[in-house]
Amino acid sequence: MYQYDKYDQAMVDARVAEFRDQTQRRLAGQLTEAQFRPLRLMNGLYLQLHAYMLRVAVPYGTLSSKQMKMLAHIARKYDRDYGHFTTRQNIQYNWIKLSDAPDILADLARVEMHAIQTSGNCIRNISSDQYAGVAADEIADPRPLAELLRQWSSFHPEFTYLPRKFKIAVISSKQDRAAMRLHDIGIELVEKDGVVGAKIFVGGGMGRTPMIAPEIRDFVPFSEVVSYLEACLRVYNRHGRRDNKYKARIKILVHEMGKEEYTRQVEEEFAHMKTLGLDPPVAELERIAAHFAPPPYEIGLSDEIDLSDRDFAVWVDSQVAPHKQPGYAIVNISLKPIGGIPGDASSAQIDLIAELAAQYSFDELRVTHAQNIVLAHVKKADLYALWKALEAADLGTANLDLISDIIACPGLDYCSLANARSIPVAQKIAQRFSDIGRQKELGELKLKISGCINACGHHHAGNIGILGVDRKGVENYQLLLGGSGAEDVSLGQITGPGFDENGIVDAVEKATEVYLANRTEGERFVDTYRRIGMAPFKEALYA
Amino acid sequence: MLEFYTLREGGEAAELPAVTLEAFAGQSNATAVRIEPGEDARALLPHLDQVALVEVNFPVFGDGRGYSAARILREAGYTGELRAVGDVLVDQISHMVRCGFDSFAPDKPLDPALIEQAFTIFPNRYQKTVDPTVPIWALRHG
Amino acid sequence: MNILTGNDLATGDVTWWTGEGWSIHVNDAVDVGDKGEEIAQAELAARRVNEAYVIEATAGADGIRPAHIKDRIRALGPTVRLDLSLKPADPSAGNWVI
Repeated sequence: MYQYDKYDQAMVDARVAEFRDQTQRRLAGQLTEAQFRPLRLMNGLYLQLHAYMLRVAVPYGTLSSKQMKMLAHIARKYDRDYGHFTTRQNIQYNWIKLSDAPDILADLARVEMHAIQTSGNCIRNISSDQYAGVAADEIADPRPLAELLRQWSSFHPEFTYLPRKFKIAVISSKQDRAAMRLHDIGIELVEKDGVVGAKIFVGGGMGRTPMIAPEIRDFVPFSEVVSYLEACLRVYNRHGRRDNKYKARIKILVHEMGKEEYTRQVEEEFAHMKTLGLDPPVAELERIAAHFAPPPYEIGLSDEIDLSDRDFAVWVDSQVAPHKQPGYAIVNISLKPIGGIPGDASSAQIDLIAELAAQYSFDELRVTHAQNIVLAHVKKADLYALWKALEAADLGTANLDLISDIIACPGLDYCSLANARSIPVAQKIAQRFSDIGRQKELGELKLKISGCINACGHHHAGNIGILGVDRKGVENYQLLLGGSGAEDVSLGQITGPGFDENGIVDAVEKATEVYLANRTEGERFVDTYRRIGMAPFKEALYA
Repeated sequence: MLEFYTLREGGEAAELPAVTLEAFAGQSNATAVRIEPGEDARALLPHLDQVALVEVNFPVFGDGRGYSAARILREAGYTGELRAVGDVLVDQISHMVRCGFDSFAPDKPLDPALIEQAFTIFPNRYQKTVDPTVPIWALRHG
Repeated sequence: MNILTGNDLATGDVTWWTGEGWSIHVNDAVDVGDKGEEIAQAELAARRVNEAYVIEATAGADGIRPAHIKDRIRALGPTVRLDLSLKPADPSAGNWVI
């Protein structure tokens, strides 16, 4: 994985010093909250319901064991002994003191981490595929480009006060595990005439007005990607709406201006940008890519796995994915124990996962947008020992992509924007479907819950989505069906009137019954929904 | 505390009466013009050789359109004074300089010590823009 | 009644205006009548609180109850981690917020 050189280290160290100074000025009264808020937000520090919340970036979801151990250390020393992994592959701490924040950033900088631009109207942490570098069908590892763009977007002087936040995802497989087209800019690595470059999608997003990003360019060579993105951002910075924060995302600009006109303006700006020498040389991308060389795999390993332990076999069936190297496997660690809080992990669990990554997976981990952890290079011969260790720490849940593998935002238990709680609903649904046989019978079923219209819980992209709303001061939950954040991307549709907390659990169960009654051989929930439509579901739900 | 700060030789505020972009278009003898957010800086490009001062207004610091306006002018070869006016805060001015601003007339005076600090805190920069800073990628590859 | 709430500037703790200072316990809150905005401005300026605002609440036998669920959750703590709330020993404490 990428390692900082003296320049990268100096940049994060400078940022720590800058924020330490800004925090002191705030505490001393030289900065008002109005002035300080955007500064702290650009360092990932929010004021939430119970305290300050710090969001730490995990660039493109990849981190080392040492970095993971630092995340545990921060949870122990500065927080209440746990952290929350988010749908943007970051980690959040819920109980941070403003006065501690500079020290936390300094601790992070010691392991080449930061919280830069994890909030604010700027380019946010760039997300990617958790199977990057090990997926059999990928064109090239997407992370070198993501790292190049991390550096380009860090402290970008023109694009720090955009109309609204800006999220970029980079993937490289036909299978989309990063909800690429639901980002402000989605980049898919593609090959054209034997050369790898970037296909660009602009104007996707969830939130109040969900949209799927249209493709605006089929190929940009790596040597011009920075110029092209500068063009995309400049058109947005100049023309994106600033009169209404709910219409300020780039998706609204692309929609209102029209894809053709937006593309025309970008191309015009791009023709100009290309002449300015903004693009790093190809040697820079090659320098970064060298950091992502495959680890020293052992050759000639067996692909056999002893599945005589039945519980182990269930876990392997659910959590282990094929690896491009013979004898190795990708392991998904579930942060979704039945009845637990999706994405939460204690410092002891974070430490343990870090140690297991050191022992079994070349010292490297991934955070997924579905709020789980991946060990990307595990010898098949080590799977049993790994599973035993995970089991002992309540990390051995077998539910990847099943109905209890729920994405949920923090909701009204933590978040000042939320209208309703998300976590209790996730817990009740997981408990209702706790039987693993029943979950497997339902098959792939991605359930996603947001506690407000901002959609951090990706409810639009859930095969089953749940949106918490405030109905006259009482929590109420709307049901959506048919969304997908994968390569078959689609937006869920609301079934009708909402439900109370227990009612929504019953409604989810009824929806699964309609699926079971109607599915044909091999159909997933979302396939059946697409074939039979909303009507049969509505009938069952509102009879 | 400074009500005006400039990086230009001479150091005095040029007190030219700046006209609006609309007025500028209709009067060929003006040499100073003021751009508001939302106005197209490129409308000035045919007249750059007659302009000595461009003021870019930031009515609120969170409105970042002025950064693009400034860079567009510098990219087109404008060498006159480029002044950020309005809600200009010390924590923004190093970014402004990187986008081509070379003077500042903030609504609220700036602390010179903090200005000094703002310019020195980051030893290098990742991007190439319109200021002379050599980006980190160029330093790496000599 | 109208009560004044905010977060401690340095720690972020949820706090309630007691008439003399700030408490983490909602039951210490006092009715600020129509003076809330005035007190908030003074306390914000003194940097004893951040993002202070006035809410409606009712006083009953069980103490003070903020009118909106969001402020009841602020007063208690996260309902899914009662061990971290102000009532860690009461497993039914979460019912109060509904």
